Amino acid sequence: MTATVAHSPTRNLPNPMLPNPYRVQRVRKETQDTFTLELEPANGQSDFHFAAGQFNMLYIFGVGEVPISISGDPGKPRKLVHTTRAVGVVTSAMQQLKRDDMVGVRGPFGNDWPVVEAQGKDVVIVAGGLGLAPVRPALYHVLNHREKYDNVVLLYGTRTPNDILYRREVEKWRARLDVDVHVTVDRAIHPWRGNVGVVTRLIPKSPFDHLNAVAMICGPEVMIRFTVLELERRGVLPDNIFISMERNMKCATGFCGHCQWGPNFVCKDGPVFRYSEIKPFFGQRGL
Amino acid sequence: MTQTTLRVNEHGLVQHADLQHLITALHDKGYQVIGPTLQDSAVVYDEIDSIADLPAGWTDEQDGGTYRLKRRDDAALFGYTNSPQSWKKFLHPPRRRLWQAQREDAESDFVFMPENGTLPRYAFLGVRACELNAIAIQNTVFTKGPFIDPMFKALHDAAFIVAVNCIQAGGTCFCASMDSGPHVHSGFDLALTELIDADRHVFLVEVGSRRGAEIMEQVPFEPAQEHDLAAVRRIESAVADDMGRTMDTTDIKQFLYDNVNHPRWDDVANRCLTCSNCTIVCPTCFCTTVEDVTDLTGNQAERWQRWDSCFTLDFAYIHGGSVRALARDRYRQWMTHKLASWIDQFDSSGCVGCGRCITWCPVGIDITEEVHAMRESDTTSAEISTLNMV
Ligand SMILES: Cc1cc2nc3c(=O)[nH]c(=O)nc-3n(C[C@H](O)[C@H](O)[C@H](O)COP(=O)(O)OP(=O)(O)OC[C@H]3O[C@@H](n4cnc5c(N)ncnc54)[C@H](O)[C@@H]3O)c2cc1C
Ligand code: SF4
Ligand code: SF4
Ligand code: FES
Repeated sequence: MTATVAHSPTRNLPNPMLPNPYRVQRVRKETQDTFTLELEPANGQSDFHFAAGQFNMLYIFGVGEVPISISGDPGKPRKLVHTTRAVGVVTSAMQQLKRDDMVGVRGPFGNDWPVVEAQGKDVVIVAGGLGLAPVRPALYHVLNHREKYDNVVLLYGTRTPNDILYRREVEKWRARLDVDVHVTVDRAIHPWRGNVGVVTRLIPKSPFDHLNAVAMICGPEVMIRFTVLELERRGVLPDNIFISMERNMKCATGFCGHCQWGPNFVCKDGPVFRYSEIKPFFGQRGL
Repeated sequence: MTQTTLRVNEHGLVQHADLQHLITALHDKGYQVIGPTLQDSAVVYDEIDSIADLPAGWTDEQDGGTYRLKRRDDAALFGYTNSPQSWKKFLHPPRRRLWQAQREDAESDFVFMPENGTLPRYAFLGVRACELNAIAIQNTVFTKGPFIDPMFKALHDAAFIVAVNCIQAGGTCFCASMDSGPHVHSGFDLALTELIDADRHVFLVEVGSRRGAEIMEQVPFEPAQEHDLAAVRRIESAVADDMGRTMDTTDIKQFLYDNVNHPRWDDVANRCLTCSNCTIVCPTCFCTTVEDVTDLTGNQAERWQRWDSCFTLDFAYIHGGSVRALARDRYRQWMTHKLASWIDQFDSSGCVGCGRCITWCPVGIDITEEVHAMRESDTTSAEISTLNMV
């Protein structure tokens, strides 16, 4: 008879692969294919502290688990907010969730947007499509501490006016006198009277000091690429440009290897990267 | 006066006939002893009861895509080199359940149930220098980052390691180039060197830990003489000089980063079947994926983890397709990870020079050969590095 070692990770060590049960408090339809879930712990109220830019792994019973950024206000940790686009197996199952349904949550994972480093500087947030969700917490943080920042600019581009996320909120931000909000669409639909064209076109004219600005970019990789080019053209230094990356993720803990991108694990070294640090291989195909 | 105990760093000489005492002592301490056995024309690490289970008198012949067992002209117990499977299958099992979740019916709440069972306490008999390094490398991956894999840690920390110094190098070995062998230096509880000739068949034992010293209290031994230690040193340098392969690792990280668009990647991609054999046999490759399953009622769900490989198309899938769509991208990812990015990630090479990926590649692709060919035609230049930008 051979002896064994006790294997009760929950007693000795936290098991980072084990989700926690959460309950859907509220479901909001954002656009045709995108929805926002507000979650709270299934076993009693507790705050979910996170830093702007971090993500969670959300598990749908029996279906699977996917990385989704936290899109709520880091200053209001009572509410755990996720905005998701239904694109495949897990996210489509997630779209079916109703109030009081349960999900599994692991997190928060990853690093955050440079909201501290940006203090005393102009903040330029450039978001494409669904990319507004992962940077929204940074914008919340900056607006919660508005006096600590110089100019604040949000440049937001979507395919059509119908794809604009958080529409009421974007309109509210646009009405503020201390934030410059510019929205553009690739394709106008009546009655859109705003900008038409890709989001990078907004960069040359926007009100920030290229030598004193921190840029945060979130969106599809091509959009990031062209945004970086445009910012560099305006004289923003690679050290002051930050991007958020997406890669396949199975663990979010650095164990599964799926999220590797060059020398980085996007799950633990990212998802936010300083452009100067990844510039040598950014845009390299097949990495 | 005869010496009866050994302390850490001390040596003793154990007769072949007394080696069984080592296995018995490990069993008595509650270890499940795993060692090399002969199965299906290969050396396979499996549970052993006695010294008689070891492949006495066998050796192997290895080359790119070739592995063959052969008779030795002596009865050495450890006279072969690496086999297809490594200790990885015990510490980082090919498949394991991560947790279960349960609910009454589709409308009701569910609960998560962690794996709270017990795990075996292994004693590994016959861990080679390269493998010892591979275990240390995986330990870094699973326990030295922001998170700890509790199962790996429990298995790893409980495992008793009897290392064995190689008495000959294999045809695809290059541990000497990777600074990970052929002699074990640390990280073991006991280390054996087999000394066999016409006059004697003995094992020089070095004690590497208190646990090791305790086990040796149950094993008869004689004091080791200076000429025994000299014999071990002679073996070490002979084996180091006899490596089947070599690799020039000078500045290899930057060399590979700079050669991201070397034409050799296309060349190797034309030969590579992207079969994943190399990642499965590699003792350091750690990648996994997960599978979510439910039973027929749909109310009992489980999440399983299993080995995965960067050679599969799914591995780097994000909406719209795989980030590494071409075989070239995937071979480059594997080799660059092993030899370059691993250094950035974990402060060591991801390759210990065990040669398994060479031996078990069905088309004989050889990592040492690929590095060599690239070095012959270094394409490092700013111009090339900007090629292939999307
Ligand atoms: C750090 C991070 C943050 C993210 N934040 C959000 C967010 O806030 N909102 C949102 O809607 N989406 C977000 N995504 C993308 C989201 O994870 C994918 O859309 C989702 O994984 C798709 O899963 P699926 O099963 O529905 O799709 P399928 O196409 O059925 O998925 C197949 C496999 O590919 C993976 N996969 C597919 N697309 C992606 C992708 N874009 N990124 C990573 N893995 C992918 C899946 O996880 C799954 O393993 C984020 C991704 C990452 C890495
Ligand atoms: S890459 Fe090949 S030689 Fe290096 S450790 Fe892995 S299997 Fe062994
Ligand atoms: S290098 Fe060889 S073993 Fe590895 S995936 Fe390619 S064909 Fe298979
Ligand atoms: S998601 Fe598994 S290592 Fe990053």
